[in-house]
Amino acid sequence: MSTQIKKVLLLGSGALKIGEAGEFDYSGSQALKALKEEGIETVLINPNIATVQTSEGVADRIYFLPVTPFFVEKVIQREQPQGIMLAFGGQTALNCGVALHESGVLEKYGVSVLGTPVEAIMDTEDRERFIGKLDEIEVKTIKSEACTNVEEARNAAERLGYPVILRAAYALGGLGSGFCDNREELDKLAEKAFAFSPQVLVEKSLKGWKEIEYEVVRDRYDNCITVCNMENFDPLGIHTGESIVIAPSQTLTNAEYHKLRELAIRIVRHVGIVGECNVQYALDPNSEDYRVIEVNARLSRSSALASKATGYPLAFVAAKLGLGYGLFDLKNAVTKTTGAFFEPALDYVVCKIPRWDLGKFRGVDRELGSSMKSVGEVMAIGRTFEEVIQKGLRMIGQGMHGFVDNKEIKIEHIEEALREPTDKRIFVIEKALSAGYSVDKIHELTKIDHWFLHKLKNIHDTDKQLHEVGSLDQLDDELLLKAKVQGFTDFQIARALGMEKEVDIEQASAIVRQHRKKAGIVPSVKQIDTLAAEYPAQTNYLYLTYSGTAHDIKFENDQRSVIVLGSGAYRIGSSVEFDWCGVQALNTIRKEGYRSIMINYNPETVSTDYDMCDRLYFDELTFERVMDIIELEAPYGVIVSTGGQIPNNLALRLDAEQVKLLGTAAKYIDNAEDREKFSAMLGRIGVDQPEWSALTSMEDINAFIDRVGFPVLVRPSYVLSGAAMNVCSNAEELDRFLRLAANVSKKHPVVVSRFMQHAKEVEMDAVAKDGEIIAYAISEHIEFAGVHSGDATIQFPPQKLYVETARRIKKISKQIARELHISGPFNIQFLAKENDIKVIECNLRASRSFPFVSKVLKINLIELATRIMLGLPVEKPAKSLFDLDYVGIKASQFSFNRLQKADPVLGVDMSSTGEVGCLGEDSRAALLKAMLSVGHRIPKKNILLSTGNGKQKAEMLAACHILKENGYNLYATGGTSRYLTENGIDNTLVYWPSEEGKPQALDMLHSHEIDMVVNVPKNLTSGELTNGYKIRRAAIDLNVPLITNARLASAFIYAFCTMDVEDLDIKCWQEY
Amino acid sequence: MRKATLILEDGTQFHGRSFGADQPAAGEVVFNTAMTGYTESLTDPSYAGQLMTLTYPLAGNYGVPSAETRQDNMPLFMESDKIHATALIVSDYSEAYSHWNAKESLGDWLKREGVTGITGIDTRELTKTLRERGVMMGKIILDDEPDNVPEAQYEGVNYVAQVSCKEIVTYNQGAGKRAVLVDCGVKNNIIRCLIKRGIEVVRVPWDYDFNTLEFDGLFLANGPGDPDTCVKTVDNIRRFLASPNVRPCMGICMGNQLLSKAAGASIYKLKYGHRSHNQPVRMVGTNRCFVTSQNHGYAVDTNTLPADWEPLFINMNDGSNEGVKHKSNPWFSAQFHPEACSGPVDTEFLFDDFAKLL
Repeated sequence: MSTQIKKVLLLGSGALKIGEAGEFDYSGSQALKALKEEGIETVLINPNIATVQTSEGVADRIYFLPVTPFFVEKVIQREQPQGIMLAFGGQTALNCGVALHESGVLEKYGVSVLGTPVEAIMDTEDRERFIGKLDEIEVKTIKSEACTNVEEARNAAERLGYPVILRAAYALGGLGSGFCDNREELDKLAEKAFAFSPQVLVEKSLKGWKEIEYEVVRDRYDNCITVCNMENFDPLGIHTGESIVIAPSQTLTNAEYHKLRELAIRIVRHVGIVGECNVQYALDPNSEDYRVIEVNARLSRSSALASKATGYPLAFVAAKLGLGYGLFDLKNAVTKTTGAFFEPALDYVVCKIPRWDLGKFRGVDRELGSSMKSVGEVMAIGRTFEEVIQKGLRMIGQGMHGFVDNKEIKIEHIEEALREPTDKRIFVIEKALSAGYSVDKIHELTKIDHWFLHKLKNIHDTDKQLHEVGSLDQLDDELLLKAKVQGFTDFQIARALGMEKEVDIEQASAIVRQHRKKAGIVPSVKQIDTLAAEYPAQTNYLYLTYSGTAHDIKFENDQRSVIVLGSGAYRIGSSVEFDWCGVQALNTIRKEGYRSIMINYNPETVSTDYDMCDRLYFDELTFERVMDIIELEAPYGVIVSTGGQIPNNLALRLDAEQVKLLGTAAKYIDNAEDREKFSAMLGRIGVDQPEWSALTSMEDINAFIDRVGFPVLVRPSYVLSGAAMNVCSNAEELDRFLRLAANVSKKHPVVVSRFMQHAKEVEMDAVAKDGEIIAYAISEHIEFAGVHSGDATIQFPPQKLYVETARRIKKISKQIARELHISGPFNIQFLAKENDIKVIECNLRASRSFPFVSKVLKINLIELATRIMLGLPVEKPAKSLFDLDYVGIKASQFSFNRLQKADPVLGVDMSSTGEVGCLGEDSRAALLKAMLSVGHRIPKKNILLSTGNGKQKAEMLAACHILKENGYNLYATGGTSRYLTENGIDNTLVYWPSEEGKPQALDMLHSHEIDMVVNVPKNLTSGELTNGYKIRRAAIDLNVPLITNARLASAFIYAFCTMDVEDLDIKCWQEY
Repeated sequence: MRKATLILEDGTQFHGRSFGADQPAAGEVVFNTAMTGYTESLTDPSYAGQLMTLTYPLAGNYGVPSAETRQDNMPLFMESDKIHATALIVSDYSEAYSHWNAKESLGDWLKREGVTGITGIDTRELTKTLRERGVMMGKIILDDEPDNVPEAQYEGVNYVAQVSCKEIVTYNQGAGKRAVLVDCGVKNNIIRCLIKRGIEVVRVPWDYDFNTLEFDGLFLANGPGDPDTCVKTVDNIRRFLASPNVRPCMGICMGNQLLSKAAGASIYKLKYGHRSHNQPVRMVGTNRCFVTSQNHGYAVDTNTLPADWEPLFINMNDGSNEGVKHKSNPWFSAQFHPEACSGPVDTEFLFDDFAKLL
């Protein structure tokens, strides 16, 4: 190891976004752990305040700043590190590092890049260099040939071999592109393509090829290992982030496996990787022909998955190798007896399934393809493919019970749906099997390997057998065991046996459970030990399976363990913040002398790192599985309040089984969750809330609205498509929303509540003990109510809240805490208008903002809450939010650029995928840092404005004045332009897409004349939506910063007009 | 599928179903942690007399390729002409298979070759049992038939004599340098690797006195069972080493053990052997490490090597010997399988080293 390295700067990946999510918190945390072990001082730049890596004790100095060359240089200047690590913060960190290298900043400050050298990174990032580099070692890549006439295209196709893809260059939207299987087809298509474009690219078509990945590690002594290979269930053409992925590969022979492995090692050696690297291949399903798709010279989503799939800590090892260690110097952290130079042997199979939230986005294209849209993923472990796919489909948490026995989904044209995959594709396969499609036919339409389809058919067939049996009494143990081995839950079995006709499904599941326990059909706990049981391992990394006859571990039965339920798949509304909460709970449990046990299944998290707890069950959070584990572990208690809504929803059922829940009692959790009960309680203690009603017919809805007036917030209980809730300002909107999105009936009531306009939204995050508040944080949204709290920009401590308001909020919170006997974390959301306070909702669990307020306040609210839940004494912290002399701002990260066609407008349903939290000496500084962290830029000169309705226009007026004073050119659409002119602000009128006249707003965007767009939608009328939509969408597609909220736009404009980025305070967290 | 049971020497039972030939089987129960390569492993003569447990639970996924041969009669995809393992033990046999190169299912192949297969076994639990108590004898019986399997023997049985060729076969005749390959149960890929390097290969039976032949180098192949049963081979090698005409020699697996024995070292039986694709070895005195494919139950005791010999590789997991070399003469061997098949190909360069020495 290089001894002159005393301080290392590590770049994080910033806010979670589609394509760059929690996996980098995991990678970075591991790397920091590895550095710490060496006694190296660590400096971390990452504005993602909800991460574990930005917690106390993980890095020595943490900067909540944008990961951009500007800020990183500032930090380098200040910290003078000897080394920098670029491989642990995704593409963000890598790009930033390359820029710093190219601009000479790293050289200037004498900072050396640890791990893979920048030149090697550039060899993998630059397409042309990459192909050249691989040509040198005779490794095949995907090449396209540019042709200018049909003859050239014909020759190119001959050289490449049919089938080929033709792409018309410079043509948007794939015009003139397509597949050709032979020369006739090529001639026809090429002619058409040349009509669109003077140049046509001919590329070998790899449609239907298998997609295979290898994770490779290399040290500076040239020793290489491949830690894991993975196979995509979906064939090439679907982004690997969108694919179901299986590890290890299932359909590759030894020859194929090792051919690709040898190539991977050859590539990694030739490129000169030091650390970890991912190689992606396309493999011909009909020969051993292959192509290298790409090489990622950094830790990636796949490497995080590979780490969890194998137990091999890739990021940890990569960090050590970056310091100069050889693989032979390092220990296998799982067995603790063998070394890090080896390749894990799995004796189980893992399956990753992506989680999409496309339903949250209006207008989004649901088809899966070459760009990523999923927001999270799950990993299932088991010993049959059937078991892992069924586990995985439950884990994604979209109401599915596995591959079969789900609620009916409507598919009109099965063939088409098979051919054009969407987020529902796997369930379409089930539909197809039920409709009698053969495996061959499904293969033909989907190109999914026969093997996978046969396995799915096994599940389908077993389900059919169960249906035929028709009752539990008739069911023999053999079929029951077979179903369990294939991953059926008691629920699925009960449903397949038709037991729902007699009793309710929960009861029926319980009966099946009792029945099979009596028959001795119970799951076994197995370890993940990296060596397939060849060596004894100390590992606490566990899963459950029905393909087993014995447990790998012994159970202490000493009531000294505490189970923490994790948060499951990352999704919109629940992500890394709950991982942070879970990890803090685990840490506290350990510190207090209990054994900590985690149940979670998200491979992107730190909480599923096996050294974070004493036992990790990488398994489902279904009631059935959680009960299996509780029965085996007999813990002291279970914590359901740090993992978001999934564990919270289990509280009542666990309580009914006499499971000891730590913290607030299940009854009170229910009193807060159940709208009726909660309302009644508020009424009892005299606390106000917006009027609401659960309604089952249009007449009732209209009657209610007649009473409270528009606008109203509408929440259907059964969502057909599109957003789950909406604000409706008039009868037309209401009608349209209910017709398109919801099904109103006795069975599916709609909750309608009065919507308060121009009200502030205030959050109370707090911890209570036996109903008494011990610590709390009040924070304030910058946007007015109407923007979901997960999308809103939040300042803490509140900057513009009346003292009176704060006092009342505190008082109401105290009342609620007392009434619900809260012990543990909770969150209440308030509306405040003048000093009129209303409660919107209350959750008796940690909320999304816990890490943010904990870190700004520098009081770990989860640690405190966990101590309370363990029944330990706590003291009220001496410090309060009123003592802070700095401000924290939490801003949201949107991923609309990945979601083709989605309308990037904010509403009452959440659409952000991540967030950042930055500190500053005042709110301007904090806001600037936060906005720059989520991808905004300070505009150079031209700003396009459409500022909404009258009230919003007025709100923006001051900001427009400041812009003008600061020399910005304002371009405005009709109404806004008139308003600005009336108010004496010079501006240029631009036209909406639906209007005639020049200049057209869209043209200006396309010619890159606009540096920032402020587009505030007036209402939901269709014309407004189309015009505004086109501009908003163009801004996203052309990468122009867009703000759609007048209050946020004003705050941002005020900040950058009154403050220079050069003057921003560059301080680490510890210095505030 | 008929119900079947695996019964270990110590009485432990595992219940499953028969998916190969419906017949009882007995032998030494071993486990293999490779995740691919059942075709290659089953046809590896080194598994003769053994019931092979696959720790990777899913088996049969890609079916079995054809037994077709190239011009020189060498099978394209198999490591010998038949299945040598006595039985296959898996957790989840996949009846439906899928691969462009497959001709039949794993179960059908086992049936055709009269080899027992059992599925539905908790192979992890079985492996742990073998790891804790060491390899054991065991038998697979069909539940609906009387248990009439004769007890089998493994230790002390000369499996080499059973699997070795019975007469001399020459490959690549007239190609160039000539190597004598002593067939103790050679895997085809060793021969393929030599042929690929332009070497004429004279494959002789295990007990053949090759010192009577003219050749440029000696190659000692892998083979099953206890090396102490190959007294004749060791004698022949000893004479080769003593010959004033010093010629290169390379050994693999059993070849490593026989070469070491001829040099004077002794051999011991490992508790449960190395059978996997992920065995890490280090070239002694260097920072060069390799992931290797292995299949052996015995090992060379490094401490008993005479003074003019030294270890060439050691196992990074348990420190056992992984190869030896002579300090001055061109004689070396590897305990692992540089020819892979199945497994990683990282050490194939050893064949280049041998070819260069010729």
